[in-house]
Amino acid sequence: MKLSEIAKVLNAKVVCGQDRLDEEQDKVFASDLMSDILTLGDNFPMIVTGLCTMQTIRTAEMGNLDIIVFVRKKKPTEEMIELAEEECMVLMECDYSMFKACGLLWEAGLKPIY
Amino acid sequence: MHLEYTVVEGDFVNAGSASSSIKKTLKQLSVNPSIVKRVVVALYEAEVNAIAHAYGGVVTADIDAGKILIRVIDKGPGIPDIDWAMQEGHSTASPEVRNMGFGAGMGLPNIKKNVDRLNVQSTVGVGTTVEMEVNLS
Repeated sequence: MKLSEIAKVLNAKVVCGQDRLDEEQDKVFASDLMSDILTLGDNFPMIVTGLCTMQTIRTAEMGNLDIIVFVRKKKPTEEMIELAEEECMVLMECDYSMFKACGLLWEAGLKPIY
Repeated sequence: MHLEYTVVEGDFVNAGSASSSIKKTLKQLSVNPSIVKRVVVALYEAEVNAIAHAYGGVVTADIDAGKILIRVIDKGPGIPDIDWAMQEGHSTASPEVRNMGFGAGMGLPNIKKNVDRLNVQSTVGVGTTVEMEVNLS
């Protein structure tokens, strides 16, 4: 599914990486635990998280993960957006809970990595 | 090539900057991306450990054609029981560290999974040295 369509499904605001919205993504991993996100090996899913700190961006950078949706009305800081832009990431802000966001993505056909 | 970085206790804003710099260096050296990922995931976990659990320390990396050797040397307080700390789910992390998305007791096991050789030496009251080696080819 195109990232622009994912943003629509989640009623999300794209705060960084608008030039990548025509790219496709079909896998999702959701967690607030950064060590979980570091166990994904050679999988590169979109990340759905309610943890909105610099460490979220750093963790994604280390895991070569470059699409992050922040749920629960979390807003990344300017500093986070700056680092994300350096790494060519896509960041989205979504007001929904983690459960609702994941439910909608599942319904739209996105898949888990395991 | 020898690289060296200082890590500061509790400095979560800059946690990962050593890992980020080493990642960029390995990419410039055209190391296989899967190997780069293993190196930086292990290093990042160790770097966060030094910031979250220790009084800061130093990260060194020595890179040659065949391997990278990384040492994360902290200034204490040391790990009383390394075997206990190596098990998944075992953690002494503070609530602050848990709020940063760490402290689930997956750090050392995650490091072990990603490196070819791991050696953890610790003396209570002195400090811990985590030595990690990854083959680059």
